[in-house]
Amino acid sequence: MSAPGENITDIHEYLAQHERKSMLRFLTCGSVDDGKSTLIGRLLYDSKMVYEDQLAAVQVDSKRFGTTGGTFDPALLTDGLKAEREQGITIDVAYRYFSTTKRKFIIADTPGHEQYTRNMATGASNCDLAVILIDARHGVLTQTRRHSFIVSLLGIQHLVVAVNKMDLADYSEKRYEEIRAEYLAFASKLNLPDLEFVPVAALSGENVVHRSEHMPWYTGPTLMHVLENTPIASDRNLIDFRFPVQYVVRPDLNFRGFAGTIASGTVRVGDELMVLPSRKTSRVKSIHTFDGDLDVAYAPMAPTITLEDEVDVSRGDMLVHPNNAPRVDQSFEAMLVWMNEDALAPGRGYLIKQGAQTVPAQVSEVRYKMDVNTLHREDAVGLELNEIGRVVVELARPVAFDPYPRNRLTGAFVVIDKLSHNTVGAGMILDRGPDAAAELRSRLHASRGSQARQHESLISAEQRAKRLEHKPAVVWLTGLTGSGKSPIAFALERRLFDEGVAVFALDGRNARLGLSADLTHSAADRAENLRRAAEAAKMMNQAGLVVVAAFLSPSADDRTAVKQIVGEDRFVEIYCDCPAETAKQNAVEQGSNMAAFSDLAAPYEAPSAADLVLKTDEDSVEQSVDAVYRLLKERGVVG
Amino acid sequence: MTTQPDAVADPASPADADGLPTPLTHLRMLEAESIHIIREVVAEFTNPVMLFSIGKDSCVMLHLARKAFSPGKPPFPLLQVDTGWNFQSMYTFRDEYIVNELGLECLVYINEDGRDRGVSPFTHGSKTFTEVMNLGALRQALDKYKFDAAFGGGRRDEEKARAKERVYSFRDANHQWDPKNQRPELWNLYNGLVHKGEQIRAFPLSNWTELDIWQYIHLENIKLVPIYYASERPVVEFEGNLIAVDDDRVPAELAAKATTEWVRFRTLGDYPLSGATPSRAATTPEIIQEMLAATRSEREGRTIDKDPGASMEEKKRQGYY
Ligand SMILES: Nc1nc2c(ncn2[C@@H]2O[C@H](COP(=O)(O)OP(=O)(O)O)[C@@H](O)[C@H]2O)c(=O)[nH]1
Repeated sequence: MSAPGENITDIHEYLAQHERKSMLRFLTCGSVDDGKSTLIGRLLYDSKMVYEDQLAAVQVDSKRFGTTGGTFDPALLTDGLKAEREQGITIDVAYRYFSTTKRKFIIADTPGHEQYTRNMATGASNCDLAVILIDARHGVLTQTRRHSFIVSLLGIQHLVVAVNKMDLADYSEKRYEEIRAEYLAFASKLNLPDLEFVPVAALSGENVVHRSEHMPWYTGPTLMHVLENTPIASDRNLIDFRFPVQYVVRPDLNFRGFAGTIASGTVRVGDELMVLPSRKTSRVKSIHTFDGDLDVAYAPMAPTITLEDEVDVSRGDMLVHPNNAPRVDQSFEAMLVWMNEDALAPGRGYLIKQGAQTVPAQVSEVRYKMDVNTLHREDAVGLELNEIGRVVVELARPVAFDPYPRNRLTGAFVVIDKLSHNTVGAGMILDRGPDAAAELRSRLHASRGSQARQHESLISAEQRAKRLEHKPAVVWLTGLTGSGKSPIAFALERRLFDEGVAVFALDGRNARLGLSADLTHSAADRAENLRRAAEAAKMMNQAGLVVVAAFLSPSADDRTAVKQIVGEDRFVEIYCDCPAETAKQNAVEQGSNMAAFSDLAAPYEAPSAADLVLKTDEDSVEQSVDAVYRLLKERGVVG
Repeated sequence: MTTQPDAVADPASPADADGLPTPLTHLRMLEAESIHIIREVVAEFTNPVMLFSIGKDSCVMLHLARKAFSPGKPPFPLLQVDTGWNFQSMYTFRDEYIVNELGLECLVYINEDGRDRGVSPFTHGSKTFTEVMNLGALRQALDKYKFDAAFGGGRRDEEKARAKERVYSFRDANHQWDPKNQRPELWNLYNGLVHKGEQIRAFPLSNWTELDIWQYIHLENIKLVPIYYASERPVVEFEGNLIAVDDDRVPAELAAKATTEWVRFRTLGDYPLSGATPSRAATTPEIIQEMLAATRSEREGRTIDKDPGASMEEKKRQGYY
């Protein structure tokens, strides 16, 4: 390792070398007095990043305040913040910088003890690597577990456990191995893909930058060697292209480009791209930069992309490859770190910033909170400052995102208080959304429960059927958006009416505009939309009517639930079978707003035992209507 | 863990032997991060401005802003808070290069009251002069144009106390920095929500060090004011600094003692307050070489930091940063 401050014989060679350095961001964590400041001071001092005047000051201070009996105390190099801490100034993270010939390093140093979770999460959010300090005399402490959990929660790929103050443990290999074994036993529960151990003495600098003469039994790398050589290039995600559009660059009528930072993946000129959430597609015309156009760009470059076609793209949209799209949804589950004195209140309105957009949102539910010391789950209603919990988030409009473990930039969000504008929480999106079927079943349960307390009408179902000369029924048309449910439903309604049947068509889109106008497209709200439709259909059945209902209802479980609300003997399931491509084209032509969301829910599950299957891409609407009419006759619904 | 070092390369040669894009160098990573911050501020604030001191950090920041909005120009004006006492070559650089050649809008604000009262570093001392001309002027300028965001070229490595500074630094309607009420910053998600009248200072160069700045100036061939580079100049000792005799406002008895030396200036500003460094480094590589040999922290040459009691925090609370 050679560092600035050494005699440089050939400046041009030096510059050429230093202009090719990589960058590593790392976090240091430890309990008070584990030696964090000393270690950081050592790294700065031994890599000669300390300025002469700073060093002179430290030498004076070592005599005045040092804990080292007047000799050089590296901790004083970084302790500029102690006084501020005493004044109550919020310091969440202090950043330090040093570099070697191989890498530039950014250290995120997180002081403060009560605020530790919040500060650590903040510091860890951008780090590639974490160094956890353990005092060799004390071994693995509760705090060590807490720090390790936060490191894994924030998705840091590389962890180095520095067993410090080895000089106070007689440089004992046995002690080091004990601590190592204890740590490994506990860490197996966490997701820590790359784990290293180094025995060090930060005060004297042993195994920090220079090898220790007192620990010949340790043959592994020094801490600096690990920092300089940990391969971080392979951590990059060069597959999933995600480009949150930050700004539309439009200097004149001839240029319209979309500026942003590539969150992950690679893009080339000519690639087909899809705009989310609109799902419009076009091709990359150019990848513009100040230094000239590129053929290919990849994360984390910040170019400006132009497209072949005049598609609508604005800030907050995301450009992706059509065959590799993230989730687009109005709700997700996440691990949330709460960072504010005012506790998280479920149901209260917040703003969420994710990618390049800020969206109104609420936390509809706290599933549990984590005890960060024991890793146990506990019931919770809200989250207090420094608590971490698993929550359900509902947004006012759909956003594009990935699970955090797959993508640290598109899977992360911050929560902003609407009134104070403070950043009050930080979240990491989890892999799966709430289970729509489970939601529906629980609501269905509530629907059934209420039946027991109902008043009885003085008119029986038989009396109504006799008057109307037909039985009530719900003809439930299911199928992809664009598969032709609605045209068939309305044609069937007309036909039945003309035959003298008291009939009403209940259409999914119309229901969204009225009955369910207050609902979003979140999983819970989709379930609620179906429950309302089913209850409305049931009520019309009770009035004696035949209901023709056209609803996407993609999941088999959902349809079973509807059937249970309506009653099995009155439910007729009709499947509008149409190839996905044709359906999509139809939907786009009709300008269906659902087109944007057609694959956001669980994929469409075709009914396995529908009462009737209509080939809507082959048969005419009249043919389909005839087929349904025949079925209703067979069933004895109509005469 | 393998000990294979990462191969890094410039985007100019974006593929390694396996055809995979090679990771960005540290300078390209810093560049991308700064561009992201600059775009984010412009996207979320209604009336941003870039504080432009004409120094090297300002020039790097402007270069990054030009990259961020290319092929367009940065969609905001520059603002120079002038005192009337900058080096002459700074004014030339501003007028000829920034305004004429690059075609950028550069607002100049000067505290006219202070100027009319004839506040001068030679007669009033550096502390009073700076307080009147600099601190007041920045606030007045921001109020005058109703800017809600101002880019500054501050870096965290400049001073121990800046190490904790956020990228977005919040100021209330009175430009006060409330140390107890700054927001956590995670990932690249900056919270730009402000109430009416509140503003932010944004620091796109937060993660750059002095060395990064110089290396980038070299790599990108960024044009600077010539007095950064060593040359023979008339200098004289004033308030413990070696200062340039830049114009005829230097009191005659001082000017009479001037000698001609090989010097350069490590930080620019008002010439009576900027200490010259004896140097023969006339090119960027020579400056870097000199800097590496004698590692002294940068602000040492700025008189203002030597004033007793004028700590960084204090100044920030007054709206200096
Ligand atoms: N003997 C010995 N003392 C150390 C070592 N590292 C740190 N210390 C001492 O441990 C104390 C706490 O260190 P400090 O760096 O301030 O801890 P922090 O609270 O984690 O920042 C100080 O008195 C240090 O001098 C070490 O390797 N050996």
